[in-house]
Amino acid sequence: MRIVVCIKQVPDTQKVKVDPETGVLIRNGIDTKMNPYDLYALETALRIKEKTGAELHVISMGPDAAKAVLVEAMALGADDAWLMSDRRFAGADVLATSFTLAQGIKTIGDVDLILCGKQTTDGDTAQVGPAIGEVLNIPHVSWVRKLIEADEKGLTVEQEMMDSVAHVRLNYPCLLTVEKGIFEPGLPSYLKMKEARKKEIHVLNMDKCDCRDAKRYGLSGSPTQVEKIFEPTYDLSSVRLDKTTEENAQALFEKFVELKVIEGGK
Amino acid sequence: MAQLIINHDQCIQCGLCVAQCPFSAMSMDSGKVETNAACKMCRICVRNCPVGAIKIEEEKTIEIDKTQWNDLLVYVEHDNETIHPVSYELIGKALELAKPVKMKVAALMAGRNIKDLAEELLYSGVDRVYLYDDEALEVFRVDTFANVFEDCIREMKPSVCLVGATTTGRSLAPRVAVRFQTGLTADCTSLEMRENTDLVQIRPAFGGNIMAKIINTKCRPQFATVRYKVMDAPEMLKEKQGVILERPVSEEMKKSGIEILKVEKKAKVSSIEEAEILVVAGSAIKDEKGMEMIQEFASLLNASVAVTRPMVEKGLGHVNQQIGLSGRTVKPKLIITCGVSGAIQFTAGMKDSGLIVAINTDPNAPIFELAHYAVVDDIYALIPQLIQKMKGEQK
Repeated sequence: MRIVVCIKQVPDTQKVKVDPETGVLIRNGIDTKMNPYDLYALETALRIKEKTGAELHVISMGPDAAKAVLVEAMALGADDAWLMSDRRFAGADVLATSFTLAQGIKTIGDVDLILCGKQTTDGDTAQVGPAIGEVLNIPHVSWVRKLIEADEKGLTVEQEMMDSVAHVRLNYPCLLTVEKGIFEPGLPSYLKMKEARKKEIHVLNMDKCDCRDAKRYGLSGSPTQVEKIFEPTYDLSSVRLDKTTEENAQALFEKFVELKVIEGGK
Repeated sequence: MAQLIINHDQCIQCGLCVAQCPFSAMSMDSGKVETNAACKMCRICVRNCPVGAIKIEEEKTIEIDKTQWNDLLVYVEHDNETIHPVSYELIGKALELAKPVKMKVAALMAGRNIKDLAEELLYSGVDRVYLYDDEALEVFRVDTFANVFEDCIREMKPSVCLVGATTTGRSLAPRVAVRFQTGLTADCTSLEMRENTDLVQIRPAFGGNIMAKIINTKCRPQFATVRYKVMDAPEMLKEKQGVILERPVSEEMKKSGIEILKVEKKAKVSSIEEAEILVVAGSAIKDEKGMEMIQEFASLLNASVAVTRPMVEKGLGHVNQQIGLSGRTVKPKLIITCGVSGAIQFTAGMKDSGLIVAINTDPNAPIFELAHYAVVDDIYALIPQLIQKMKGEQK
């Protein structure tokens, strides 16, 4: 059995700001780390590996610097690591990213189970996982909060829904995106990190992929374009309500209606 | 394909592009600027290079014929009994977007025995409802529902598909978008329609610290998932309008690799950190009776109750409900403090809340310094009146 965990290198903080003059993200001194949600996917994979003796691969798309998170994943117990890295992958949106990662997963070959974190902390979309499932034409379950059973044939999992929890069974090959807290992730020891740094990371560019049509990758393969980024503005002007109780209550009530917070109200 | 071209003869190696790149995608190795795979083609370096040494080579894309893709399709979420309110909000927004470009709004419903629910939609202003009613669609399975969605899009050819950014919506939309090789913008908080039918989509990233404006100019349909409680539901019509189009569900569409063993209703979460709305009881609340009033107020708002430290000491609140330096840190969308003075030990735990409404009799209470709504009033007078009004709304 073979498992692949998709991981991403993200900025270490969400407190990023936009330079008001240039419209540029200010990233002075921002470090990077593994997307925290991916740690749960990796831990889930390690538990399944423990049980089934599966072979565990990790894959990421990004620049050379993203090797750092792959090393960390190997220190935590992944057997093998793959980096999709090519200038032609640049500017990828969800469609191109999922296509590229799917190409890498195909290159790894004979993959039974793909695990992803529920979302990343920079993009926050939660879309790449399900999209990979579609590209590979395999079923997926999102928001998995508990692994009930993992055997040779497939998985039984608990899926978090808005007002309910579903118990779902699916056979390999399949893909899961897992919730935070499904298992408690471990920490890599100094010794393991030292060993992992010595291991080879397979780097794949487009020429090593099954599909070599440049139109499917990077900006060319991305239907969406980011026109602009900006910081959200909040209305910080404070409103003072110091009239009669009747008037104050009415003003607050109208605010609640506007905010759609009243149960049963429109 | 589009790519950055760096003219190394023109480049003065000033390092500005390397320093400004938001994605660390540029580096200067042995005096030569290079880009790597992290590049998002944001063009900041192109714009800001002082000597114009960086150019972007645009690919010539084949423009699709946008006139072939018309109207907006709203995916309607429901549990076979009630329609999720986010769906009405999407219809409301879709009707607004449709107007200037003279489009119509259609709805897609898939489920079991849901003809009555489809009828309800005819009061919302939609032009037609595509109805897929089958035993196989009783519970949500992403593959079968994606098949139904695909079938509907093939028939209708919508310009825009809107899906609620719910757990099911965010699982379903990416699959269907990939199937049509089109773009999808997740979790939008604002949408606008351009004359050429391009949809301007605004969404938060970096946990809401950054907003991104996204467009999809070269593919159709344009897919967006939209957050719940952001858009406005339409005014309901007095008379039914539009038609229901019943569509068959083929054996092929029913094929699934997912087996739902059981579905359990979830108990409500009570942790104050997870609550979207919090009502905080402060020292002005003297006894259990006061807490009951706060509790009633909170339940009408679907809010959780939190307390200040003195309230825990008085035994009127549990330590799990305590906000502040010695308690929990919260960041709800809305927080209403009732009779809380606003000591720093308390405000440190809630100052990042989305909207702060503070109620206090003292016009100089420190809590008012960070409140968006500073209500100078007695909670024992104000809250019962508010409760009355809110109960009236419920009927």
